[in-house]
Amino acid sequence: MTNNLARLQLVIIGRLCVLAMVLATFSWTCLANEAPLVAEDPALEKRMLNLAENLRCLVCQNESLAGSRADFANDLRREIREQMQANKSDDEIIDFLVARYGDFVLYDPPLKPTTWLLWFGPLVFFLGGVATLTFYLRHRRTQLEESSLTEHQRKQIESLMKAADKD
Amino acid sequence: MTRFLMPLAIFIVVVVFLGIGLTLNPRQVPSPLVDKPAPVFQLQQLHDNEKVFSSKDNIGKVWMLNVWASWCVACRDEHPLLVELSRLGIVPIFGLNYKDQRDTALRWLKQFGDPYVISIADTDGRVGINYGVYGVPETYVIDKEGIIRYKHIGPVTVKSLEDKILPLINELKG
Repeated sequence: MTNNLARLQLVIIGRLCVLAMVLATFSWTCLANEAPLVAEDPALEKRMLNLAENLRCLVCQNESLAGSRADFANDLRREIREQMQANKSDDEIIDFLVARYGDFVLYDPPLKPTTWLLWFGPLVFFLGGVATLTFYLRHRRTQLEESSLTEHQRKQIESLMKAADKD
Repeated sequence: MTRFLMPLAIFIVVVVFLGIGLTLNPRQVPSPLVDKPAPVFQLQQLHDNEKVFSSKDNIGKVWMLNVWASWCVACRDEHPLLVELSRLGIVPIFGLNYKDQRDTALRWLKQFGDPYVISIADTDGRVGINYGVYGVPETYVIDKEGIIRYKHIGPVTVKSLEDKILPLINELKG
């Protein structure tokens, strides 16, 4: 069941990708190539995929570099593989990609002035909500207190209730 | 009164944000390479693969690097404009033929016109990676010191030429 669902999801994502391509005026080669099968060194391949999992494919933007079948992702996987063979560390490879494609390739954006809104925006909204709610509740309490009964009204109610008791 | 004004104000704010969001193009990722030195490369020329082009040869002049391919449909949109621009002789345009096959690329240039001073063959797309190419066409404006001053993603249009690229080139040549 879940297997079928997953397959359906993949089909839908695939369709959306094709649609996006047709809509875009640019030439993106989304479905150009299948990912090549695991290279000679399975450990290296695993390390490459682990890294590529956290990197965005700029052509099919909702896919990772590990999962995308775009030609572009293929090239970057090759690049990562080659840099790993050249004994570069994961951080060095990430720096290499960020220098060329910007922070946008990272699924986990770094904390810096231009991303403050991204990181703290939700907290700001939450605090704003709490402030508004406290203000509203306080305001309402004073309103409720102000609308208490006058002496005359209280006597009227008492007499009405006495009358009701007699019945 | 505030009972109606507050939700209206919030609604307007949300609509404004939505409006801004809808006009942004998520495909246009700002390049970190702008205002950085253009990656140096040496590649075979497309027309004569015995000759090598080095990007260092262009130090001292303002030039445009246009990334194109014969498989790229959007390149056909901008191509007449590039041919026209090359006729005007304002700026030398160099073509980076990205992940293409030599014979189809040459045939394409014959069919649609060749605006390039030199076409360079980036067959495996490695120079493309160094320039942060992720969709074709892309166009770079590079200054006399070899610094990338502007990157245009997608087909060059009359508007982008008039508003951005040509004024920038005039300023850089200045």
